[in-house]
Amino acid sequence: MAVKQRSKLIFLKLSLLFSFSLLSSALAISPGAGDGHTINGRVKIPSLGAKGFALPGKLSDIKVILNGGQRVTFLRPDGYFSFHNVPAGTHLIEVTTIGYFFSPVRVDVSARNPGNVQAALTENRRRLTELVLEPLREEQYYEIREPFSVMSVVKSPMGLMMGFVVIVMFLMPKLVENMDPEEMRRAQEEMRNQGVPSLTSLLPGAARS
Amino acid sequence: MAMAIRVFLLLLLFFSSSYPTFSLYEDQIGLMDWHQQYIGKVKHAVFHTQKAGRKRVVVFTEENVVASLDLRSGEIFWRHVLGTKDAINEIDIALGKYVITMSSEGSMLRAWNLPDGQMVWESFLSGLKPSKSLLSVPFIRNVINYRSSVQTSLKVDKDNLVLVYSNGCLHAVSIIDGEILWKKDLTTEGIEVQQLVQPLGSDIIYAVGFGNLPQFDACQINAKNGELLKHDSATFPGGFSGELLSVSSDTFVASDATRSILVLISIRDGSISFRQTYISDFVQDFSGTAVLLPSKITGIFAIKIDTFTVLIRVTVEGKLEVVDKIDQGVAISDVLSFSEGQQAFALVQQGRNKIQMTVKHSHDWNSGLLEESIEMDQQRGLVHKVFINHYLRTDKSYGFRALIVMEDHSLLLVQQGEIVWSREDGLASVVDVTTAELPVEKDGVSVAKVEQNLFEWLKGHLLKLKGTLMLAGPNEVAEIQRIRLKSTEKSKMTRDNNGFRKLLIVLTRAGKLFALHTGDGRVVWSLLLHSLRKSEGCESPIGLNIYQWQVPHHHAMDENPSVLVVGRCGYNLDAPGVLSIVDTYTGMELNPLGATHSIVQVIPLPFTDSTEQRLHLLIDSDQHAHLYPRTREAISIFQREFANIYWYSVEVDNGVLRGHVLKDNCILEVADEYCFNTRDLWSIVFPSESEKIIATVTRKSSEVVHTQAKVIAEQDVMYKYVSQNVIFVATIAPKAIGEIGSVTPEESWLVVYLIDTVTGRILHRMIHHGSQGPVHAVFSENWVVYQYFNLRAHRYEMSVIEIYDQSRADNKDVWRLVLGKHNLTSPLSSFSRPEVITKSQSYFFTHTAKAIAVTSTSKGITSKQLLIGTVGDQVLALDKRFLDPRRTVNPTQAEKEEGLLPLTDSLPIMPQSYVTHALKVEGLRGIVTMPAKLESTTLAFIYGVDLFFTRLAPSKTYDSLTEDFSYALLLITIVALVLAIIVTWVLSERKDLQEKWR
Repeated sequence: MAVKQRSKLIFLKLSLLFSFSLLSSALAISPGAGDGHTINGRVKIPSLGAKGFALPGKLSDIKVILNGGQRVTFLRPDGYFSFHNVPAGTHLIEVTTIGYFFSPVRVDVSARNPGNVQAALTENRRRLTELVLEPLREEQYYEIREPFSVMSVVKSPMGLMMGFVVIVMFLMPKLVENMDPEEMRRAQEEMRNQGVPSLTSLLPGAARS
Repeated sequence: MAMAIRVFLLLLLFFSSSYPTFSLYEDQIGLMDWHQQYIGKVKHAVFHTQKAGRKRVVVFTEENVVASLDLRSGEIFWRHVLGTKDAINEIDIALGKYVITMSSEGSMLRAWNLPDGQMVWESFLSGLKPSKSLLSVPFIRNVINYRSSVQTSLKVDKDNLVLVYSNGCLHAVSIIDGEILWKKDLTTEGIEVQQLVQPLGSDIIYAVGFGNLPQFDACQINAKNGELLKHDSATFPGGFSGELLSVSSDTFVASDATRSILVLISIRDGSISFRQTYISDFVQDFSGTAVLLPSKITGIFAIKIDTFTVLIRVTVEGKLEVVDKIDQGVAISDVLSFSEGQQAFALVQQGRNKIQMTVKHSHDWNSGLLEESIEMDQQRGLVHKVFINHYLRTDKSYGFRALIVMEDHSLLLVQQGEIVWSREDGLASVVDVTTAELPVEKDGVSVAKVEQNLFEWLKGHLLKLKGTLMLAGPNEVAEIQRIRLKSTEKSKMTRDNNGFRKLLIVLTRAGKLFALHTGDGRVVWSLLLHSLRKSEGCESPIGLNIYQWQVPHHHAMDENPSVLVVGRCGYNLDAPGVLSIVDTYTGMELNPLGATHSIVQVIPLPFTDSTEQRLHLLIDSDQHAHLYPRTREAISIFQREFANIYWYSVEVDNGVLRGHVLKDNCILEVADEYCFNTRDLWSIVFPSESEKIIATVTRKSSEVVHTQAKVIAEQDVMYKYVSQNVIFVATIAPKAIGEIGSVTPEESWLVVYLIDTVTGRILHRMIHHGSQGPVHAVFSENWVVYQYFNLRAHRYEMSVIEIYDQSRADNKDVWRLVLGKHNLTSPLSSFSRPEVITKSQSYFFTHTAKAIAVTSTSKGITSKQLLIGTVGDQVLALDKRFLDPRRTVNPTQAEKEEGLLPLTDSLPIMPQSYVTHALKVEGLRGIVTMPAKLESTTLAFIYGVDLFFTRLAPSKTYDSLTEDFSYALLLITIVALVLAIIVTWVLSERKDLQEKWR
């Protein structure tokens, strides 16, 4: 119960912050001590908490990774993250979490004019005006079981077999009916001459008798 | 031939008719896979048991994990794996609801919400001289003396502070929001702080430490604003060794520069006074040096002399007296204060099959609070650490529980003389993995026994059928799931026909060997290897690899299989090696082979002796080769193949690749016929100013290739260049050795080579401009796939190189085949210098890879999948067909029929093809695949901090029925058919009779 309440809180906070972030730029790279810069950003998952399978509290499992593992940081309850003391250059930020697909982000930290930052998604080359990272899509790891349908049974090998039997049983008599009576008689004659094939004749003892 | 090709093409078409993704239904979790979560060897633990509610213990470990565990069961409430370069230094609990972690030598301070592990704030503490950060002491008020009473004392305090000394500065950080309230630079005072002390109920912090080593400094700082109130210093003529312990809020213990005098330092009344005591005065026959053991106990401290641990008490008058002298194996906990002003600590001593835990008052040595002896499995080794906690018994007296960390990295909770729970956290640091077969099923034990009676069986299947037809109710669904999961079949201790049941032999960093059952992941046996334990001859042994020593099949069936464990004493390559052979059925260490020589390289040779022991060649640092096993038979087999043994070595630092061959017997002082001299055959020197080796990969020697021919469109054939002796080498510009973002594309390049290791011939060389590492590569059959970072596109790229044998291309001519003029049967030799062609293609890949592996099957017929461990600690299965250099943007009709996919610039990531599905293998480090007996299936074991095992079928299980195959439906169909036959027969008989009467 407590967990549920908290998740709602997070969601509220997220939506609240969204309205504020329009006013204040979330993308901020501030010059820190020495030559290091600080990259501040934010991860926003619109449906977090509202969806069943991404369990609430997952926010704590989101990791933000700089340059393929050089630094790892976590999200604050409001979704913000920061990397401190980052040298000037072009960096790569990845967001990892279960259930969502995030594009890595290319972030240019320029030494000449601090504060001037460029960021772009590497997947679709979309430029970001502020460092708000949103998932490109949700990830569904499991196949969905298709509900029972007649077609699936018919398509299965057993279904095909049954179908064939049904065809033989119901359609063959129909075919026989449509046959010319003359021909029918001739065929029956032939069959009589050959002897009626029956199961008994197939048995080993039948041949002797 | 043409017929075979056609059949093959048909088969190929059949396999490629659908996109074979690894897909799983949600109810199939846990059927073929298992997942185990670990944390690693605990470095420090803090209990949280004061409040009513869930009792927890917060720990941080050597795997850089911070975790909150349930104190009742040892289960993980939450955990976080921090970055590898962000090592945790200290943790504590503040205000009863925050876990504070300090990492990166005190530069990072984070607070986590205790109940759910959500990060609350993060503070970056910069120092003026970041390079000079030699020491960091995080400090939560009164923590040293009253660790467990932190909460109460902090509540009294108005400004809730965390004090951190790092990078030469003392920081006060607010616990609520992580704001840095004040910062005091102590480098200007010329003091290296060793301890921070805050006497109870005062606003003054004492920061004590050494200035220049003979000088002792004490600073008084106002806790409210960081103002330096007073700075005292005094010089001790003997100098200091650098260690400092606090025994009370105003008394410290240090040792002098020679480590033979203990100095008691008192900073009472604003003045520093020294009092020195020769260790030889109170410890009999003391010689050598004494090491102060880090401890936090009031009035008592411990020193280590040789193998002895000496506990010393500081009396009120400032005298030192020995209270106990313990031989080896002792762990001492920190002080714990329970009830009013009472303080206790625990001492755990090692016995033979048990451990002795004593809890004593810190100020009254003679009366013990608790004395317990606990049965202990010998395979857990020595006690390494102990943490104590108290609880209130029903009769209002105090009881104590202890968290014990053992030599094998396991974690145990001990209470009332019993082990309440234990965690095998050694499995968080897997070093190497191999597999072993289970015993063959003995006669007399029939499989039918396991099955229930027919009715039960049918009932189960009917239930399953209901499930597949989606007619089952929720209760029935649960029942189905239960039946499937508990299936005894998969966790039996015998071999199965499909080869799914095996033992995973896992070597951990603690030097312990575990055998895990592939069915359910349970530990079948474990063994703390004697040869990999700390001993006098071997100070810091490390386990390196496991090799298959003996795999009996045909003519040595009564032998048990065994593995060879190779280790080394220390990290230097010339340190003496250790070898050990372990029986995989019983988990017993067979005769340990004492290797006196160093081990640089281990080469398993493709020869076995009459008991199917594999011959191994061990290369030492003096370039001698040693043959194992040391038997006459082995040497006679070896002599026969003497001239055919080639190997290579890579010197990463010098950028040299060398090929070696055997020369003759060694000439040593002691004659050793198992030792051979070697000589260099060839060498490739990479120019050090432009290329630096960062990755080398070869084929797995156990890999099976089904066919050399590859049928391509229009019934054409290409011949794969399948050679065991090809190595893939990647080098990058020395400038680009750093992280991504540290170089510009212009000054960075990646060069890849394919080199024959017998002749040193470079088969292929290619440059990727503007690219840099890290490079992860995998080599299989005739192809290599490698990942690197493309700096121009700023994306990861994956490339494939395929290598084909041109010299066999003429064999396509049918007439030559008929006339027998082909060279298909000629052996493939490195010396024949065949003409090869390579094809290559690159694609973008979204994620950072941590490891890449390839699936392997028993016959090599099934198509391959790449298993890519991503930065998110998931494993993605990617079909090799996506990495086919023959892909074009617009494939022709024939190529489409062949199953060639149209070229795309990036590799697809389908969520359903994550083999780890919705799970994470935290701290992923390696992926191991092994074939099952069933050709379609491969087993994959993924390790990191967590373990994950699953069964994969890269082309779907075409050779066996699926798990959810409905036997009931089959049975019903058969019954229905038989009924139909009988009915029609009866009908026909009757009709026949009527005919005859007519």
